[in-house]
Amino acid sequence: MDRHGAQSVASAPMEPSPAAAAPLLQARGLAYARNDEPVFGPLDFRLEAGEALLVQGGNGAGKTTLLRVLAGLLPAAAGEVRMQGRPVDREHLARGSAYLGHQHGHKAELGAAENLAYSRALNGGSGDITEALAEVGLAGYEDVPARRMSAGQNKRLALARLRLQPARLWLLDEPYANLDLDGIALVNRLVQAHLAGGGAVLLTTHGAYAAPPVPVRTLHLGPARGAP
Amino acid sequence: MSAVSAWSTARAQARRDLQLVWRRRGDAAQPLLFTVMVVALFPMALGAEPNQLARIAPAVLWVAVLLAGLLTLDSLYRSDVEDGSLEQMLLAPVPLAWLLLVRVLVHWATTALPLVLVSPLLAEFLYLPRELLPVLLVSLALGTPLLSLLGAVVAALTVGIRRSGMLLALLALPLFLPVLVFGAGSVMAAAQGLSSWAGALLLLGAGLALALVLAPLAAAAAIRIALS
Repeated sequence: MDRHGAQSVASAPMEPSPAAAAPLLQARGLAYARNDEPVFGPLDFRLEAGEALLVQGGNGAGKTTLLRVLAGLLPAAAGEVRMQGRPVDREHLARGSAYLGHQHGHKAELGAAENLAYSRALNGGSGDITEALAEVGLAGYEDVPARRMSAGQNKRLALARLRLQPARLWLLDEPYANLDLDGIALVNRLVQAHLAGGGAVLLTTHGAYAAPPVPVRTLHLGPARGAP
Repeated sequence: MSAVSAWSTARAQARRDLQLVWRRRGDAAQPLLFTVMVVALFPMALGAEPNQLARIAPAVLWVAVLLAGLLTLDSLYRSDVEDGSLEQMLLAPVPLAWLLLVRVLVHWATTALPLVLVSPLLAEFLYLPRELLPVLLVSLALGTPLLSLLGAVVAALTVGIRRSGMLLALLALPLFLPVLVFGAGSVMAAAQGLSSWAGALLLLGAGLALALVLAPLAAAAAIRIALS
């Protein structure tokens, strides 16, 4: 898979792109520490609309933590995050992004359509639920409780939820986990469609998977500075 | 995100919680079963002594209802933490406290309200004089939502702990005590012909009004910290 404009931006500021003055997401000196022990950073990176940022790094490098900070679930220890040029706090980050973590975020007892209807109402999204389910290959599963679906199907349901959320920034933590080849292609297709619609995607991976054929930057997370 | 109104999210949250209660209706009947069992055992243990039973009836009823409430607390956020639903609630563009208020009210309506409704029957088991029934009903109607709201705060404090049952009970009991004292006390006072029963009910009402506003905020703050 070709990566247009793949660039290593590990801990180094990017040259400003002339196309857009205010990138969708920009981090300056972003760092997180748990109990005074640095987990990652300080990081500088920017993400334009229509771009994907692939966050790579070994186990424990802080990929998930970075995504949780950007989702507004964790407070950053230092640095600032700007969305479209405006500095944002945790609450704005939570509103401006759609987050898919290691847990799916839907109820095992409820049917696929019921889960999506709840999430859509909660996030103020629009879009047809049947259509979203068909797009992720779950047509006909509207009334099947998530409990009776496989791990891969649950992942697909979570991806359908993402598609119904209005947020421009997607934060995907290991989106390829548990998916078959068809599912990997599905993630790439969804990412591509989201980027084409003016969104941006930040996704983590161990680096073993093919990146989607879209403009991708990569961010390598190494051991945090000052770590023992 | 103006499409998200407080009412539409509250409706979606209430709908989802009611659907979940319906799917787990076996669990939902537990508090009712527990209370009926405890109350039914007292006449057996004490023998048919109407006067003795009538004297302790308010205390027995209140203790049974309080313990039944304590039993359900552990499950209030448990499954939402495990499947990531709580994270999604935190990231929604409405205040978490608002969603939690709806969550707690549905919890009260499905676990405690049935107890209030069957309490006249249970009072009959214990030979509670009929003229005390209105006081008992008002004390339970004011006291049980207060217990649910206080319990929601304590459960939120222990969200990050995997097996928190015992700790939860230890933390909740001191907060539940005043409710028990004023709740059972109001019926006792009315039984003895004291005029102080109205004061106890007013205090319960004041506590409920305070908790309706403050408890969801406190629970939301505790969950934010626990999930960090």
